[in-house]
Amino acid sequence: MFAYYLDLALRSLKRMKALTGLLILTIGFGVPASMTTWSVFGGVAGDPIPWKSSKLYVPQIDAWGPTVQKNNPDPEKGPPDALTYGDAVGLMRDHRGKLQSAMYMLSPSVVPAKVGEHPFNTMGHAVFSEFFPMVDVPFKYGSGWSAADDESRAQVAVISSKVNRRVFGGGDSVGKTINIDGHDYRVVGVMGEWNPQPRFYDVVNTGGFLSQDEGVLLPFNTTIAADMSNDGNTNCSEAPKETGFVGLQRSSCIWIEYMVQLDSAADAQRFKDYLEGFARQRYPGWAPNVRLRGLMAWLDHEHVVPPDTRISLYVALGLLLVCLVNTAGLLLAKFLRRSSEIGVRRALGASRREIYTQFLIEAGMVGLAGGALGLLLTWLGIVGVGWVLPRDIADLARLDVSLFATTLAVAIVATMLAGLYPTMRAAAVQPAWQLKSN
Amino acid sequence: MTLHPILAALKKHKAGVTLITLQIALTLAIVCNAVFIIGQRVDRINRPSGIDENNLFLVTQSWVGAPTGDDEGSIDKLDSMQQADVATLRNLPDVESAIAVNTLPLVNSTWSTGISLKPDQQRSTAQAALYFGTEQMVPTLGLKLVAGRNFTSAEIGHMGFRGHNKPPVIIVTKALGDKLFPKGDALGKTVYIDRNPTTIVGIVERMQVPSVNSWANSWFWNSVLIPTRLDAGFSRYAVRAKPGRLDAAMREAPKALYASNPMRVIETGAKFEDKSVHSFAEIRRYAYRADRGMAVLMGVICLILLCVTGAGIVGLTSFWVGQRRKQIGIRRALGATQVDILRYFQTENLMIAGVGVVLGAILAVGLNLWLMKQFQMDRMSITYVLVGVVVLLVLGQGAVFAPARRASKVSPVEATRSV
Repeated sequence: MFAYYLDLALRSLKRMKALTGLLILTIGFGVPASMTTWSVFGGVAGDPIPWKSSKLYVPQIDAWGPTVQKNNPDPEKGPPDALTYGDAVGLMRDHRGKLQSAMYMLSPSVVPAKVGEHPFNTMGHAVFSEFFPMVDVPFKYGSGWSAADDESRAQVAVISSKVNRRVFGGGDSVGKTINIDGHDYRVVGVMGEWNPQPRFYDVVNTGGFLSQDEGVLLPFNTTIAADMSNDGNTNCSEAPKETGFVGLQRSSCIWIEYMVQLDSAADAQRFKDYLEGFARQRYPGWAPNVRLRGLMAWLDHEHVVPPDTRISLYVALGLLLVCLVNTAGLLLAKFLRRSSEIGVRRALGASRREIYTQFLIEAGMVGLAGGALGLLLTWLGIVGVGWVLPRDIADLARLDVSLFATTLAVAIVATMLAGLYPTMRAAAVQPAWQLKSN
Repeated sequence: MTLHPILAALKKHKAGVTLITLQIALTLAIVCNAVFIIGQRVDRINRPSGIDENNLFLVTQSWVGAPTGDDEGSIDKLDSMQQADVATLRNLPDVESAIAVNTLPLVNSTWSTGISLKPDQQRSTAQAALYFGTEQMVPTLGLKLVAGRNFTSAEIGHMGFRGHNKPPVIIVTKALGDKLFPKGDALGKTVYIDRNPTTIVGIVERMQVPSVNSWANSWFWNSVLIPTRLDAGFSRYAVRAKPGRLDAAMREAPKALYASNPMRVIETGAKFEDKSVHSFAEIRRYAYRADRGMAVLMGVICLILLCVTGAGIVGLTSFWVGQRRKQIGIRRALGATQVDILRYFQTENLMIAGVGVVLGAILAVGLNLWLMKQFQMDRMSITYVLVGVVVLLVLGQGAVFAPARRASKVSPVEATRSV
């Protein structure tokens, strides 16, 4: 029977060419427009580390006190979104999480070994050894450094594949020496391709999305000792009393990000309690104001998803809705035009259910044809989105099998949904009335 | 023509009429808001920065292994390196003038601070972005001084990147001056930056802050010129090329800088992010890329929406015409002219679209209110809705024309045929 209905549907589609064309165009444009924005949105709002995000937390401590908080436009009056150097170092020293790392963003220059080549800039972070297992940095060669290296301020570096290619021409460069900002470091690891979006461990400085990948990772204590100053945001409630990078470290300015891995809710609660005690001790002048947000809650708090992306998504969903309404109207026209045909089928013994099946299959066929056109347009959309949206965001929209499959599925399901009411009307046709009027 | 027969006919097609009305309403609501967003973005993109952007380019560079800038000696060293670079750039044949700046409008890297009227004010009077440079800043950037004077070379100091900012005098934009002193008499007044007093000696007509992000929206025109050279391990040079020599000057600048000191980074990649010599036109395009993208996206969606809705009207009207051939034939046989039939379908569409746009106008305003609440958008002017209403009514009439014409061509003979 299915094959017969397919045949009927094909015949009907061929018979009413103009109407069918309009239907296919409606689906063919509406679905890809929504799918393209959806894929961008999914890329932006997605979980960057789904297998672990529930165990990663970001602590916040109010280092500024209630007088500054009075001017805080945030109604919740939460603590600032970064830590002072003193707080970060204190938390690292106490070492209460399973894994943890304070970090700050760097934008060092790298001097190629080859004579005659100009130095180049890269971006990176100063981190602690536990950063690598905590965020699951993939390694092509070597590994991260050890806790002992942290302690001894070892001159070691982990570099990206890209920096490895540019400085050493690729290959296993573990053990080689790299010149970063005029200092020599021993390469201990070369990362595999790694460019998590959003850059979840430091959304404050990166804004979440970066087209540039992490070029170098250096030990925190080493870069502090080398006076390698921070790039990105520095937020001060008052000007530092002393000048220079050392002045910044002794100030109440916030510029350090922190992430901690806690394996269970009980661990998280314990850490939260500890954090309060820590704040009470550090800032006896006011009641502790601390937060411990899980990674996804943190990304949400930091508004990592740009409002534009969200607006586009809503508008695209609106477009899909209009297309559905339009499809429903056109299918209604298409089906009811064939009232006499339905009358004949019913008179010859077809049940309501069979009419239902026939017309839903026909709606599905329209959806399939529209979806096929939609695939082509989604592809164009993904290519075009790079031209329309900033590259750092547009890069997130990827052409892959799952997007194609979703487009096709959405087209078919949406058309069948839109076809439900017209089908109901078609099935309700009274055979006697139709036969009489003929 | 009375509307009664049209209403009677529409009652027989409740589902179709409801769907098309709903569609017109949704289309109007979305298109109005999308066009409103486009309008806002275009306004943003077109606002003048206040500097003369022609023939201007920006070189961003950093020295490798530069002094830290934490002590007097190393700050002095950095300062002389910076001045040497400025001299190198000024000596280029295609360059008219060059200055060291900490940032420029649209470049996004921002040093902002609160400006107060009293030294111990809890909450500052205005937020402003700081531009550090010399007395050459006003002429090289082409800023228009509307009151007071430029800095003198004696007023120019220099300090480390993290030094204490205590300028004796400043120049402010007119917008900032009026914000601080609403009577418009800012010139000569003393204000406080980080509790340090300073005197306003000049007012420039307009200068945008470096950031185009939303956090700077409320103090977008509040800029301050500080007569201080900032010394750090990196530097930015705003260079004005001689008329028509921009490309040549942009090619020469990095070569000349490398020739004077090779231990530095000047990126020369193809993409904006991968290079560090940018013409101001490129900076402007890059700064507003998201706004332009949003406008294009909204435009594409509007276009698709209008086409889909037009197609829907064509489809449904065609169906109705097909269904009513016999009735049309009867009317024709009874003396209705072709124009009468045409009018009938056009009036019918006008009625459906009329209800649709009324609903749509309400939806459009509702959607705008929701967007205002969710995304801090501005209130949409009612003009957008009115224009949208007209556009959709015209679209409806246009879409209905072809099927209506076909209907008017129905021959009176049809009345006598049974099917």
